[in-house]
Parts: sequence; C-alpha cells; structure tokens
Amino acid sequence: MTTAAARGPVALVLHQARFDLRGFLRNRQARFFTLALPLLFMVIFNGVFGDKVVGPGPMKASAYYVPGIAALGVIAASLVNLVISITAQREGGILKRRRVTPVPAWVLVGGRALTAIGVSLVVVAGLLAFGRVVYGVKLPTSALPGIAFTAIVGSLTFCVLAYALSTVIENEDAAQPTVMAIMLPLYFISGIFIPNINLPTWLGHVASVFPVEHLASGFRHSYVPGAHGVGIVWSDIGVLLIWAAIGVAVALRRFSWLPKAATG
Amino acid sequence: MEAVVSVHGLRKRYGQVDAVAGIDLEIERGEIFAFLGPNGAGKTTTVEILEGFRSRTAGEVSVLGVDPAKADGAWRDRVGAVLQESNAEPGLTVRESLQLYSGYYREPRDIDETIELVGLREKAETLAPQLSGGQRRRLDVALALIGDPELIFLDEPTTGFDPSARRTAWHVIEGLRQLGKTVFLTTHYMDEAEELADRIAVIAGGRIVAEGTPGTLGGRNSMASTIRFTLPQGTGSDELPPELRALVAGEDGRVTLTTQTPLVHVGALAEWALARGIDLPDLDVRRPTLEDVYLELTEKPA
Repeated sequence: MTTAAARGPVALVLHQARFDLRGFLRNRQARFFTLALPLLFMVIFNGVFGDKVVGPGPMKASAYYVPGIAALGVIAASLVNLVISITAQREGGILKRRRVTPVPAWVLVGGRALTAIGVSLVVVAGLLAFGRVVYGVKLPTSALPGIAFTAIVGSLTFCVLAYALSTVIENEDAAQPTVMAIMLPLYFISGIFIPNINLPTWLGHVASVFPVEHLASGFRHSYVPGAHGVGIVWSDIGVLLIWAAIGVAVALRRFSWLPKAATG
Repeated sequence: MEAVVSVHGLRKRYGQVDAVAGIDLEIERGEIFAFLGPNGAGKTTTVEILEGFRSRTAGEVSVLGVDPAKADGAWRDRVGAVLQESNAEPGLTVRESLQLYSGYYREPRDIDETIELVGLREKAETLAPQLSGGQRRRLDVALALIGDPELIFLDEPTTGFDPSARRTAWHVIEGLRQLGKTVFLTTHYMDEAEELADRIAVIAGGRIVAEGTPGTLGGRNSMASTIRFTLPQGTGSDELPPELRALVAGEDGRVTLTTQTPLVHVGALAEWALARGIDLPDLDVRRPTLEDVYLELTEKPA
C-alpha cells in the first residue's frame, strides 16, 4: 500500500484531516461547544426576541439572529475548538511528537484547518436550515454560493487566529476561559447576541474593527432581499482577510510546537 | 564502526548559564547508549538539540550524517523519538494512531506487526487515552517505530512506571536491539541503564563526568567492596586480626571494612570467627552499585 506521504502533499493533508475529524467527532466536549451550543443560542435568542422587529430595515429579529448565530457557529468550529485543542495538544507533547516525524508543519496546520472548514460548513448549513424550517427565515438560493464562500473565508480566518491566540495561552486550563473572555464581549457588541443598531456609536466603531461583526454582517447581507448580487460583501471579506494576515504574521513569529511548560 | 551520533564541544547557553557546557559524544550503529544525569543536568536540552528541536550555542553535531539544525523530511524518515511527556492522540484507537503516523512516512513498518512487537495486540481497538500508563508508553514506542527509523531517542521512557510495567518496557527496548536499531536512552534510573545499555555517559552540571560500560563506569570495576558484620557482645573490633583491623572504615554497632580483594578478606574473617566460635549472622559483602558510582559522580561539585 502506498502511504499518504508517498502520494503527495494533497493526499497527506486529506489523511491528516480525516484523523483530525475522527478525533473531533469522538470528543464530547468539542461536539457540544461546536454543534449543540450554537443551536442552543439560536433557540434561546429567537425564543426571547424572535418576533420583535429590529433595525432601520425594518426586519424581523429572527431574520437578524439566524445569520448572526451562524457566524457564531463558524467561530465555535474554528477559533474556540481549535484554540482549546491546539493548546492541549501542544502542552501534552502531541504537536512535538508529530514534528519528530517527516510530516511538514503546513500539512498539520492545513489538515486541521480543512477539518474546521468542513465542520463550519456543516454547522452553518444546519443552523440556516433550522432557521428556515423553525423560524421561516428564508435564504434566496442564489445567495448560497456567497454564504458558503463567506463561511470558508470566515472559518479560515478564525483558524489562523486560533493558532495566533494559542501562542499567548500558557496551558490547557487557561484556553477555554481565555477564548470566552475574548469572544463573549465581541459576541455582544458585534450583533450576534444584541442587534448592533442598539449600540452606542463608539461601541459600534470598536466592534467594526474586529472580525466577528464582519462575518455576521457578511452572512446577514445575503438575506437582505435584492441587495448584493451574489451575496458576498467584499468589504467584510476584506476585513476578515486582514485579520487572517495578522494571524499568520503572529503565528509565524510566535507559534511553538513545544510545550510552554518546559521540562528539565 | 560508523558513528550514528557524533557530538563535539556542544554548548547551549541560556542567559548567563551554560545548560550544556561543552560535551562530546560518539554513538555507534546498533548501540544502546544510556545518557544519565540528575534533573536539570542538561539531558533533555542535549536530546532536543540532537532531535532538531533546539538550536545550539556552539559545537559540532552530526546525527545520521546530518546536522539536526538543518534537518529535513528525509532525515526525519530515519529518526524516531519517544518523548518524555506526550499524551495519547485524542479520540483515536491504538490502531488508528498508528495509521495516522504511518501515513507520515514513505516506507513505514507494518502496523499489525508493530502493535504485536510492543505487546498491544489485545488493545489495538482501544481508544489510546484509555490505556494504562505502561500501555500508553508502549504505544509511544510503537509510534516512534512505525517509520522504521535507524535511530530512536527514548527520553525517560519508564518514569512513573510500576516495577512490572518497567520490566515490560525494558523487554520492548531489548527488542529494539534485536531489530538492529541504535537507541539513545535518557534515564535517571541506574538499574535501567545497567539492564539495557551497552555504554553509559553521565552528565552533571552540563558536562560529561564519566563514560563507560555499566561494569566499568567511573572506575566501578576497581572500586573497593565493603564487608559488613556485627560482632557479638563483648567482642571488640580491636580483637580482629591486624590485617583486617587495618581495613576498618566505620563502626556504629556494625563494623564496615573496605577492600579491593573481598574474597581474601572474607576468608580471613571467616577463619578468625570460626576459630573463636563466633557467628556473624548479618555478614554482608557488597560491590559498589552503579547507583553508588552515579551518586559519587553527580554529587561532586561541578
């Protein structure tokens, strides 16, 4: 049998992604935070506010929440899941052990990112379908490629940011609280939990610096009838890519395969 | 013989401190080489330099003919490592973990055969994180072996094991010798080095303080043995024959003699005791253990 390494880099990335995905699916905590929690948020926010009307649009709040929570789903599958597992694997010596083998670093990162993108697409599709069936929030079929594209760019951005963020986290116990401490305020000011038109202007400006709002707004625009031909908002994609570039720069400078808790 | 690992004047400086202060090592093909030293002596730093994880401050290093600082995938194809601390692959069984790693290599070993070699056949379908400590370490060895490397680094492979798990692990490491692998073993267990190693180097304070076979390390073969016994009430050590009296090294209820020729002096002691009708029930003759040698070597101020 020819091995993945012998079949070339693409086969090797797929090989890595296959096992990463299997590991992810067998991890109950990861499954909960990635698959169940976004759905829970979807049900709670739509249950409480779904029938209200928001915005200058104006639009039904559920039409606002469904794409927003879909953005949260992408972030859960990419950033949250990855920061926790990268930190645990680094501190547990798993990354180091893999680096002893001939597998190139970019294959390990690529396989992981591919898994996150795949999971993100499934999560987004599930959440949007749930929003369609349960809350009647319709998405024009012409916007589907745009949504998928935005989800892929968003997932990639938050994967890269996960590698960058993991470099400042000392150990696996700190990973979850650190991610939550960063993401919860962003969810609140970026129009995920509260419609951002209710925010004071300055807070809106703060939010627009960060990528969360742009992923949510990218998704949301696809729902707006008649607007944006293919459902891709290039300014939002642009901000996401800038953050991805920052993430790459930080990760290249700071990322380590060795545990931070050094041994004798 | 061809040198698999060759190190000259290796130095690693952290701030003002030399963690490794100029060491030389030469390891030949097929050898099991044990690298002994207390915690913080520079063992792991040295191994991590040889594995290509750390840069060095000075010195020449060649591992399988390549400078590990410039190691590429082709070099990593030939090197395996069991790291000091490494958790199991999350969510994967023993077999799946090996499938994952085997995909990293161009010409890996057979997976079933490797599972068999480390004695995990019954556990092949068990999730790796559910294995016991000893089983997990054996999986680590299997993961290090799957690429069929020429050289294997084992960094404290049995730390934290119970005695029976250590025996099993030793058996697996002995098996590597049969496969013709070169093994670089770091440990702080003397019995482990004595059991497994062809050659031992002791590092303390970043320097090699002794090098030799388990039998000759630190002049162990020429070190004095000790004879100990308790004299019965009313008999003093001053009543011993003069040739034995001259050897008395200590007396705290028990008499301790040190001698280069234990057989001669035990004979003399037995003759003297029998002639007097004295029994010496706790008579004990001891060669210096590797541990004695090691402690003497590593406790000396560097």
